[in-house]
Amino acid sequence: MSKILIRGAKVLGGEPQDVLIDGATIAEVGTGLSADGAEVVEAGGKVLLPGLVDLHTHLREPGREDSETVLTGTRAAASGGYTNVFAMANTFPVADTAGVVEQVWRLGRESGYCDVQPIGAVTVGLEGAKLAELGAMHESAAGVTVFSDDGKCVHDAVIMRRALEYVKAFDGVVAQHAQEPRLTEGAQMNEGVVSAELGLGGWPAVAEESVIARDVLLAEHVGSRVHICHLSTAGSVEIVRWAKSRGIDVTAEVTPHHLLLTDELVRSYNPVYKVNPPLRTERDVLALREALADGTIDIVATDHAPHPHEDKDCEWAAAAMGMVGLETALSVVQETMVETGLLDWAGVADRMSVKPARIGQATGHGRPVSAGEPANLTLVDTEYRGRVDPAGFASRSRNTPYEGRELPGRVTHTWLRGKATLVDGKLT
Amino acid sequence: MQRHLISAADLTRDDAVLILDTAEEMARVADRPIKKLPTLRGRTVVNLFFEDSTRTRISFEAAEKRLSADVINFTAKGSSVSKGESLKDTAQTLEAMGVDAVVIRHGASGAPYRLATSGWIDAAVVNAGDGTHQHPTQALLDAFTMRRRLVGRDAGLGKDLDGRRITLVGDILHSRVARSNVDLLHTLGAEVTLVAPPTLLPVGVETWPCEVSYDLDSTLPKSDAVMLLRVQRERMNAAFFPTEREYSRRYGLDGERMAKMPDHAIVMHPGPMVRGMEITAEVADSDRCTAVEQVTNGVSIRMAVLYLLLGGNEPAVTHARTSEEK
Ligand SMILES: [Zn+2]
Repeated sequence: MSKILIRGAKVLGGEPQDVLIDGATIAEVGTGLSADGAEVVEAGGKVLLPGLVDLHTHLREPGREDSETVLTGTRAAASGGYTNVFAMANTFPVADTAGVVEQVWRLGRESGYCDVQPIGAVTVGLEGAKLAELGAMHESAAGVTVFSDDGKCVHDAVIMRRALEYVKAFDGVVAQHAQEPRLTEGAQMNEGVVSAELGLGGWPAVAEESVIARDVLLAEHVGSRVHICHLSTAGSVEIVRWAKSRGIDVTAEVTPHHLLLTDELVRSYNPVYKVNPPLRTERDVLALREALADGTIDIVATDHAPHPHEDKDCEWAAAAMGMVGLETALSVVQETMVETGLLDWAGVADRMSVKPARIGQATGHGRPVSAGEPANLTLVDTEYRGRVDPAGFASRSRNTPYEGRELPGRVTHTWLRGKATLVDGKLT
Repeated sequence: MQRHLISAADLTRDDAVLILDTAEEMARVADRPIKKLPTLRGRTVVNLFFEDSTRTRISFEAAEKRLSADVINFTAKGSSVSKGESLKDTAQTLEAMGVDAVVIRHGASGAPYRLATSGWIDAAVVNAGDGTHQHPTQALLDAFTMRRRLVGRDAGLGKDLDGRRITLVGDILHSRVARSNVDLLHTLGAEVTLVAPPTLLPVGVETWPCEVSYDLDSTLPKSDAVMLLRVQRERMNAAFFPTEREYSRRYGLDGERMAKMPDHAIVMHPGPMVRGMEITAEVADSDRCTAVEQVTNGVSIRMAVLYLLLGGNEPAVTHARTSEEK
């Protein structure tokens, strides 16, 4: 393979340096590196990050190829600066067997835009009743280590306890979608001032917080680690903070949309704002940002959830829940965390690459930008400002809540093991 | 006036008073031997009902016909959230038939708002009740009834409900009537108190422009009007209250309780009444209960709304207004 010299890039936002890629590996990092025999990319002060890692992506294949496929989803990922995504298990059929996770894993390898690590279902058919063959999925070619019934909560305390215990045998982790089902029957949006006015079924914060409280205590009791998906309330932050202070092995993620948007947007009844967990209040948004800055929340995960147009072009109650996020995540994090002074770019690399790779045990990802490391890299033009235009998305779906909104930053280049997947903002 | 009527909260005080005054003019038409006005001749109104409500549909239909509009009734029972033909497709089909106004009843909160704002259709949209959100013509007919009874039919013209004390009792949580009434009555200057068991009040009610009480008996002597909202028996099964008997005992209006109200105070009910639950037969049949008048007034209010949305600036009933001005 050929050599690439990235000249004058602010590595993790630091002083400009040159980074030489040789084949699949970073050969050298320094100043005034020789361009001899290398293709040169003038970074011109852009920020260079390790390739982003998303622990929570819905690629929809198999089963809902009308909204996304592994190929279109990984193209969207490369556009957003990702080199590795974890594909959620709520496909049709559900990824609850070695066969399905291997299929998704193989499709990811064939796509070539981004590594795809399948997540296995915790229970058969996501039904919360019977453990799926977690060991078989781990031993499959897909090598699953993260298990989740995402979209549904593992609500039965005994099943959750067993799952937490069982995956210890191969150092797996259960990622919980925390939603107490009885408290959220018919729920349409965050329960509070806005839901009271709009007459939409309320989704109380306690439905999330009570499950998180239970699960951190279960994890402590059985000595397992647990990961909390898309934490969305100030109260959840307090519980995770308490659990960590107690030494419980818990990690947590927040989505970009929960860092930026509030339930006030639901006043438009536009289902593009309908998502699970729901958009919360300003107070929650500020608590989530603070928690991501101080490390209580470990990572940003997109919960990229593509839906076809007709599933959002309808009345609120009939609409599907979810938003696409891969192609806007970094911009939202720049807006909410970097430009507010809460995180520097090294912090962004930590929350969007290093830590998610560590939680998901993604080898070769989330590594330092230094000689000898795999060349999984993302180059970001942080000076750029532009309006979000879903027509330009690589994703098959357009259900973004940011259409027309001005956001900072743009990923211009992505390299997956030295191979460019995105050049000057265009997919290769 | 705006182009659509989606929420009682969208009405200014002057809008609301104009609708009430116009409804009084419409009511005079009902007293004539020929109850028809030519105002909406050649205009087409569709009653698009995704949820069963014969009472409301008939009321709108009577109003439309008295204004000489062409009326299409479309009932799509049960299809509100189910897959199949979507709200958008249905609306666009009707629009293609040249509809000027859509009166929509839908089980999903926000469906009329979506219809009016998503660029699906150009017709004027009148919300005839959406989910647990709004039912603005109900609030208007309630305010109309209150103004007539508490201020006076002629004395009320041009006036609002300043300082009147209105109490709403019952299932506030699931009630679009309660939400619409709180908004409109506040706009008209009334003082509103909601009375319900805490389980039937929404989280967030504390920000509404009204008082909240769990105790009916202490509220009755301070009420100029008491509106009872229907409580569906199935709420009991979801543990909103223990038994029908206990609900009636604590929040039902019987003769003894009615006696605690001031002499001039009225009892209102948007119907259909559950006798023996929120109201006893004795109260329902007393002359203080305005339930039947409310039905009559509903037609006048809906005529006024359709006229103001579709009829433009021409006076609705020319001689009615001029005779008043003399
Ligand atoms: Zn989820």
